[in-house]
Amino acid sequence: MKLTGAEILWECLLREGVDLVFGYPGGAILPAYDAMTKYKQIHHVLVRHEQGAVHMADGYARATGKVGVALATSGPGATNMVTGIATAMLDSSPVVCITGQVPTGVIGSDAFQEVDITGITIPITKHNYLLTDVEELVDTIREAFHIARTGRQGPVLIDIPKDVQIAISDFKYPEEPISVPSELPISKGDEAEVEAAIELINSAKRPFILAGHGVSLSGAEKELQEFSELGHIPVGLTLLGKGALAEGHPLCFGMMGMHGEACVNHAIQEADLLLAFGMRFDDRVTGDLKTYALKSKKIHVDIDAAEINKNVRADVGIVGNLKDVLNQFIPMMKSINRGAWISQIRDWQKGTSVREFYTRESNGKLYAVHVIRDLWKLTGGDCLVVTDVGQHQMWEAQYYQHERPRTLLTSGGLGTMGFGFPAAIGAKLGKPEESVWAIVGDGGFQMTMTELATAVEQKANVIIAIMNNRYLGMVRQWQEFFYEERYSASPMGSPDFCLLADAYKVPNIRVTKREEIADSVAFAKEHSEGPVLIEYVVEKHDIVYPMVPAGAALHKMIRRPLAEQVAEEETVES
Amino acid sequence: MKYSMSALVENKPGVLNRVASLFRRRSFNIDSLTVGRTEDPELSRMTILIEGTEAVARKVEKSLRKLPNVVQVEHLHDKPAVTRDLALIKVAVDSQKRPEVMQLCDIFRGRVVDVATDSVIVEITGEEEKIEGFIELLRQIGIVEMVRTGVVGMGRGNHTVVPTPGYKRRAAARQHKNVL
Repeated sequence: MKLTGAEILWECLLREGVDLVFGYPGGAILPAYDAMTKYKQIHHVLVRHEQGAVHMADGYARATGKVGVALATSGPGATNMVTGIATAMLDSSPVVCITGQVPTGVIGSDAFQEVDITGITIPITKHNYLLTDVEELVDTIREAFHIARTGRQGPVLIDIPKDVQIAISDFKYPEEPISVPSELPISKGDEAEVEAAIELINSAKRPFILAGHGVSLSGAEKELQEFSELGHIPVGLTLLGKGALAEGHPLCFGMMGMHGEACVNHAIQEADLLLAFGMRFDDRVTGDLKTYALKSKKIHVDIDAAEINKNVRADVGIVGNLKDVLNQFIPMMKSINRGAWISQIRDWQKGTSVREFYTRESNGKLYAVHVIRDLWKLTGGDCLVVTDVGQHQMWEAQYYQHERPRTLLTSGGLGTMGFGFPAAIGAKLGKPEESVWAIVGDGGFQMTMTELATAVEQKANVIIAIMNNRYLGMVRQWQEFFYEERYSASPMGSPDFCLLADAYKVPNIRVTKREEIADSVAFAKEHSEGPVLIEYVVEKHDIVYPMVPAGAALHKMIRRPLAEQVAEEETVES
Repeated sequence: MKYSMSALVENKPGVLNRVASLFRRRSFNIDSLTVGRTEDPELSRMTILIEGTEAVARKVEKSLRKLPNVVQVEHLHDKPAVTRDLALIKVAVDSQKRPEVMQLCDIFRGRVVDVATDSVIVEITGEEEKIEGFIELLRQIGIVEMVRTGVVGMGRGNHTVVPTPGYKRRAAARQHKNVL
């Protein structure tokens, strides 16, 4: 069958199981857009900025586990994707980006809208391709999807010059599965290493599990629960690990790291064995490496060999798919009663259970923690929440407990402001049955609120909850702690978000008191035909506690002030 | 300390860029990097010399393995291996000093490959230290310019760096452009 390169592209996407793409047309990708009209099975979401397209594809991928696809033209279209691609890279999210390129004959001549996007994205993609021959199209697309979804997942970019899209070729789709020349299939862990690990596990008195994003990426939630229950081993979660084990589970103690639970950080520092499952010892998780978990041996299981011994030396390093490795561990595990260790952690937990939403009960003001905690209660803790980056993100992680995998999507590695809202649109389109909330700050929302038009057009029922504190809150917090309260460029004005929503004909409501939170949730439930915007006008001067200052030892946290102190400070302020 | 490794990579456009980009991004300190064709037109071989600790050398290896274009990577420093560097050195000499240079060439098994009225070009091949020693002596006489290839290396005997048994050549025949 003779087809154009553009038609071959869509034929291949269909065969990869793609039914949704996010994109924005332009000169160099026009042949692909023209051919798209023949492929009604694939729904195209027209975004308002290419960064939004990649965040949407990323949100779609994180929510569904499938590969997300984003499409853009050459030059500025391609460079606008860069932040989205880096976001997906840092969080191992499978996204395939397809960009148009100027015709092969003029590549290198600084032609109109020419940019070396493969050069630009080498460090932020798993792999990328500049196609120069239509005969290579099929193999390249197959390989790109294969690379995006296997091993440690990540973004792949394919740059297709306009003449390659137009060129005609005989379309044959190979039957045999694609493989990459250098690739070794990764599944089970090395047996000797597994045995060495089991020896450590069965003899540990104070083991602690660090559960990361790898748990949900490998679908190992059941295995993790079985493993921790069998060995009575307590679990801490990374930010992207939330949902790895239900937070209501008695062995789950919550998040670790900079804004994690103090009891979890203590447990990490006091443990005699750390079991790092699909996490990468990011600096936000470890604090100062020189003082990190000195009393423990470490078992590190990761699908990416380059993560083992990268930041923290592992006594046993196992390269493998976490689900398969846990299934190797489970039959060899001894059921050991570690009651003393667990009750020790519970004791630490008691000392830190003074929470903002208790201490700040009914003082007339609205705090972001009120909003998030009440949302958790009022929505039964069962929503798919997508956050942006900053204070609200940490409060979400602290106060919205997630019981199911893939129900908190957030930019953890890159910390991309502007991620939340478009990623939520992608998540909703991928998982229409979920109730999707985009919890965002006033700063981050203003970075990508242009996608309101997209959400309206797609009738994406995303509930946008803006925590509006008229500040870049996390920046303000750092300035308060570390820059002697010089609030340089952190106060921020916003448009009237409700008027803005009106302009898009988006149902909206503003909340200024805690009593109104329930009404706002009810309001959101009444409007299911498209996006809903809720502006929560929250306190300006608020701090995410506890906090490990950057570079400090993990156990040296700035703790929550006692209730009386908070009350006193507030009186002074008002 | 210096660590050497040998990498087989696909002979495709942009591969050298990917490898160089990786080293820069991860702040690996590369002492020398050479690349050239192999007996297989689809593969090129790189010899990489890095300055650092063994831990860094292992990180370099593992990072390289993640690149889809990298077919195989092996360390050379922990097994018997032959490593060679080639230098062309132009030395300023008049007819009186010329015999001194030729004498040094004899000792170091170098060769004079060009003679001009006021200079000679000397070629020397060998392990890095030997070349360093040779250069040090020529420096006394007066080096005008110098060029070195960087180290190339190969494991001895059955210490080979070949694709893994599971290696599958890409199905479609590709045009081979030498645009590393």
